[in-house]
Amino acid sequence: MATTFYGIQATATLPRWFSPLALIGSLALTTAMFVVSGFTDESGNLNLLAIAVLGFALYMIMTYLISRGVEGRRKATDRMVTGWVSAAFALAVVPLVSLAWTVFEKGINRLDAEFFTSSMRNVVGEGGGALHAIIGTVELTTIATLISVPLGIMTAIYLVEYGRGRLAKAVTFFVDVMTGIPSIVAGLFAFSLFLILLGPASAINGMAGAVSLAVLMTPVVVRSAEEMLKIVPNELREASYALGVPKWLTVVKVVLPTALAGIATGVIIAIARVIGETAPLLLAAGFTTSMNYNPLSEKMMTLPVFVYTSYAIQGTDAASYVDRAWAGALTLMLIVMLLNLGARIISKLFSPKG
Amino acid sequence: MSKRIELKSLNVYYSKFLAVEDVNMVIEPKAITAFIGPSGCGKSTLIRTLNRMHEVIPGAYVEGSLTMDGEDIYAAEVDPVKVRRQVGMVFQRPNPFPTMSIKENVLSGYKLNNNRMSKSDADELTEKALVGANLWNEVKDRLDRPGSSLSGGQQQRLCIARAIAVEPDVILMDEPTSALDPISTAAIEDLAVELKEKFTVVIVTHNMQQASRISDMTAFFNIAGTGMPGKLIEYDRTEKIFSNPTQKQTEDYVSGRFG
Amino acid sequence: MTTLGGQVKPKVRLGDLVFSRAASVAGIGILITLAAVAVFLFIQALPALNPEADFSGKAENPISYVTPYVFGTLYGSIIALAIATPLAIGIALYISHYANRRFSQILGYIMDLLAAIPSVVYGLWGIMVLAPFLNPTYLWLNENLGWIPLFAGQVSATGRTMLTVGIVLAIMVLPIMAALIREVFLQTPRLHEEAALALGATRWEMIKMAVLPFGRPGIISSMMLGLGRALGETMAVALVLSPASIINFALLTSQNSNTIAANIALHFPESGGDYRSLLIASGLMLFLITMLINMLARYIISRRAEFSGAN
Repeated sequence: MATTFYGIQATATLPRWFSPLALIGSLALTTAMFVVSGFTDESGNLNLLAIAVLGFALYMIMTYLISRGVEGRRKATDRMVTGWVSAAFALAVVPLVSLAWTVFEKGINRLDAEFFTSSMRNVVGEGGGALHAIIGTVELTTIATLISVPLGIMTAIYLVEYGRGRLAKAVTFFVDVMTGIPSIVAGLFAFSLFLILLGPASAINGMAGAVSLAVLMTPVVVRSAEEMLKIVPNELREASYALGVPKWLTVVKVVLPTALAGIATGVIIAIARVIGETAPLLLAAGFTTSMNYNPLSEKMMTLPVFVYTSYAIQGTDAASYVDRAWAGALTLMLIVMLLNLGARIISKLFSPKG
Repeated sequence: MSKRIELKSLNVYYSKFLAVEDVNMVIEPKAITAFIGPSGCGKSTLIRTLNRMHEVIPGAYVEGSLTMDGEDIYAAEVDPVKVRRQVGMVFQRPNPFPTMSIKENVLSGYKLNNNRMSKSDADELTEKALVGANLWNEVKDRLDRPGSSLSGGQQQRLCIARAIAVEPDVILMDEPTSALDPISTAAIEDLAVELKEKFTVVIVTHNMQQASRISDMTAFFNIAGTGMPGKLIEYDRTEKIFSNPTQKQTEDYVSGRFG
Repeated sequence: MTTLGGQVKPKVRLGDLVFSRAASVAGIGILITLAAVAVFLFIQALPALNPEADFSGKAENPISYVTPYVFGTLYGSIIALAIATPLAIGIALYISHYANRRFSQILGYIMDLLAAIPSVVYGLWGIMVLAPFLNPTYLWLNENLGWIPLFAGQVSATGRTMLTVGIVLAIMVLPIMAALIREVFLQTPRLHEEAALALGATRWEMIKMAVLPFGRPGIISSMMLGLGRALGETMAVALVLSPASIINFALLTSQNSNTIAANIALHFPESGGDYRSLLIASGLMLFLITMLINMLARYIISRRAEFSGAN
């Protein structure tokens, strides 16, 4: 295999500008072909997807043939794979850009003061807002966080500092399993639980929604807190023990503070994940057009459910419902982005140095 | 302050594995006792039994008796946490608490145990411990900086200050200079010699020159082979061990003819 | 502080006792929660299994009701996986072996962003942007490749087809799959890679010789995790798919087998009585399917961890 390397043929390489030029050329050629042959839809638009796919195929074939002629078969295969790997990456970025742009462009229409100051009570056409949904999201996410953060961190402490033997193994395994619970199942569980506790008339309320979010959030908190506690050097625990500090105070005053930035980052990311959950809240917290501050009674609107119902249950003035859906989506995206940004900043600023 | 430690037929186990077998020795107060020997001979394991740190590892335990000024530190009613408050320990790698300032590190033995103290007491204690660790002049202007901002040798002296701040009877040093440069090593060695005025000092070292330079007594440990327990081969005054040891093994080791 | 062999038992401090108990209780709480999920779903699903159950004309019997949805769930997820797996491997390779360090950090961030987008937003985008965008291509596929059964039938006018759902799901599971595969690829022993390069291998030959064989279990388990994620995905499917209660392999029509999760989301809010129990029963089924797949994935990962020693 290696012998070809010493051949004169194999040392010949294509210049660096070959690939970009070949790609641009292929795409231009395909576009020209489409325009000349008049291959458009009824309204005269070119099918960009077809151009991209055919253009890329043309590029790959051309590159392979030319490279094979100049550089040999092995280099040609290598170029094929490079093409595929880069295309995979491009394919991942395209939807992200399209999605971000669409949400921004369509959401900005209704991102006005009224959207953040009024509910949907007695609104049938234009106007109205998502205040009731934002309040609901804030309340339910807060309750879910208050349930899952202590539970999750204590479980992580159990796993890292105390857990031995079969129970610890079982907990680790089932935390993993729990990460895989479909969100709608968490919603069904919370609904079933509250149906048994409160009866059919009042089973759907904010608390049920918060419980379903907590079920989804806890394993995420456990996993990230566990990772963070594990990377606290054992030497610090030993230093503390050697000073005559009992184990529990060592955990509370040495291990937890050292891991705090990481744990906080993990918690924020977990919040960002559940704040966009729709399905469980649709089932467990329901939906409504009115303000409801009390999570213990009556249905409660949340932002993701607002987005969904605005689109799925359009009233007579459909356009304003769709506009509100996009404005809700944009608000949701902004919240999620801000949370992610906050998590990054915390982990940069507060992680212990050295 | 300084206490005499007596080990009688001490066996040290990791679960079923016997790591150190049948140690009998008396560690003198106000002196430096060095543990030397090849890697894996159990000297680090043994030093960790002196403050009951050994049993932090799951399944680890000891048999036999270990007394400090006649008091059995492994007696049923003895709390291992209390033992550790009387026996300070310095580790191989400097390990100041990264979330604490220099001052908080010095006071950590008190603060972590929820003990309150007035500001003047705290300042006084900080200065005393840092002076005792030969670090005061270098850090007195930046006591609120993080402990991890110091150099490796300074961090190790900070760890010593932290250990002596709780006023123990015994200071254990587990290869305290193996991660340090020669200059920092010299500083720690000087400090160890000063510390023996007040404490019983036990030091584990790989460096035979270090043992001969600073210690009063030297214990040589060895193993017959991997999987075998470590044993105390010879224990005597340091000059004797390094000039005229009784045992052939000891002579081979200290003269560099080992293995 | 464990002592064995009749050694002294150190007395336990109150603080230690309380704290360690609290930690264990939290750990056990996780197990109880998971058990509670299964138990409560089962209790609520029971009425649907009664032969006398009255589904108010919405279903004949539980089995025939659930079957198309089970099919739709699996079918949509498998399409998603078929699209996402090669892309995820490509992206993972790009990040681990092709891009420079700074660029791969940016890529990692983009993947994080993709993972953070709420599914309802994916759903809106899928129905309002992706479906219309793909529809001309569907028409073309149907006209020219209609002899393949997958592309046969009356093409949907809206693009809200099984294939669109598969593509949306693929985009949604891509980040988690790529992240996991990348982790495994990065663990490839450098020695193997350097040995391959020293033999004069091209980059692809090195990947084929050293990286892919090492990463195979990781790729398989990431597929399982991606599958688990896709099976349970609700809102994107509920919004995008034009559903029907049939078993249909055709990818481009408006008669698509719905998924369990989307079917629950669409019908649960207005359901009651035995029909609601039936929906919960279908949810229990989804729960069991995803549990099984996740456990399998974890099992493969843990086996790999034991053998490779690369943890």
